[in-house]
Amino acid sequence: MGESQYSFSLTTFSPSGKLVQIEYALNAVSAGATSLGIKATNGVVIATEKKLRTTLVDETTVQKISLLTPNVGVAYSGMGPDSRVLVRKARKSAQAYYRLYKESIPVAQLVRETAAVMQEFTQSGGVRPFGVSLLMAGYDENGPQLYQIDPSGSYFAWKASAIGKNMTNAKTFLEKRYSDDMELEDAIHTALLTLKEGFEGQISGENIEVAVVGEDGKFRVLTPAEVSDYLEEVE
Amino acid sequence: MSIFEYNGSAIIGMAGKECVAIGSDLRFGVQFQTLATDYQKIYRIHDKLYLGLAGLGTDAQTLAARFKFKHNMYKLREERDIRPSTFGQLVSSTLYEKRFGPYFCSPVVAGLDKDNVPYLCGMDTIGAIETAKDFMVAGTAPDSLYGMCESMFRPDLEPEELFEVLSQCLLAGTDRDALSGWGAIVHVITKDKTNSRTLKGRMD
Repeated sequence: MGESQYSFSLTTFSPSGKLVQIEYALNAVSAGATSLGIKATNGVVIATEKKLRTTLVDETTVQKISLLTPNVGVAYSGMGPDSRVLVRKARKSAQAYYRLYKESIPVAQLVRETAAVMQEFTQSGGVRPFGVSLLMAGYDENGPQLYQIDPSGSYFAWKASAIGKNMTNAKTFLEKRYSDDMELEDAIHTALLTLKEGFEGQISGENIEVAVVGEDGKFRVLTPAEVSDYLEEVE
Repeated sequence: MSIFEYNGSAIIGMAGKECVAIGSDLRFGVQFQTLATDYQKIYRIHDKLYLGLAGLGTDAQTLAARFKFKHNMYKLREERDIRPSTFGQLVSSTLYEKRFGPYFCSPVVAGLDKDNVPYLCGMDTIGAIETAKDFMVAGTAPDSLYGMCESMFRPDLEPEELFEVLSQCLLAGTDRDALSGWGAIVHVITKDKTNSRTLKGRMD
């Protein structure tokens, strides 16, 4: 079976109390492209690297930040296909909520629903945990919100966070740069600076993806042209 | 005989200025035989939200229990009370779930929304919702209740006036109906408290 005695079954604890499959899932996240998010006073920005293996891929078709409801969106680090399963399930539960209450789902509820799916995949037979961490950003009655959801199904609300390959450095950078009275425009600049810090190669509007949600409650992925403009401001 | 007229009921919801009131009669009967005169048809969901259920008594109790359950779960999940407009949609969805074997009840939802704006709505047994700015009626005497409300209602009533208008509409309306009456209960919901009063009507 597995290499280690406790690695074959996802639902078996090791004697030290760990579920090794979940740890491996976190490793898959740490190997993935860096994503980060910053909550400002009047909105949230999330950004992620969009590195492609070869220049032959048509990068205009690659999309890493997805819209869940008009006011909530998500970025991921880790395995792309796994993230799409979660996006599909999150969208469905958002619509189920709307169907019941004729009211759009609060960010915290959508996070909880998605985290519940991820938890279920750590305790069910015949499945493996998701190889992704999510950064979910939204704006609702409770103001701007940024959440991180891990493969174990645990979730936290953050002022600013980073996941993926460069998360440790990025978090240190964010700790230095973050302030509570930051506005959305500053937050976008900080997000780009942080991403640039750990970026291998030349950063551009084409190889990163940035999305914002402001007081208008519209989550929007910025166009490469808009990102390029912001990058020029940063330099 | 219609199943909606088996037990008899009369409910009015009425909006005032930063307040809303809902009242029902107190009769519970089986066709023309009166069995009880203290049967309340209005259920409290939370401090600022009441639900009136007219129609078949047994279904009303089942529905009230289901909505109590749903609101308790909602409160635990979302850590807040449900908003009246949201609750109205929830009632509608819940009723439509039983589209082909409905609960024989027509609900009236009355509550205070954010900033104490009155919210009123009613619906049929399968959840077709109708919102109103002024008043909403349900039960076995809708024609006489509508007639009374249409002639007595004025916009922006203060809580005490609202109580008076609604009570008179309810008592006068039920006097013209054999299946409802025997006194009434009226709840007036204001921003800091709910005033509930039991009224005597024609007891015959």
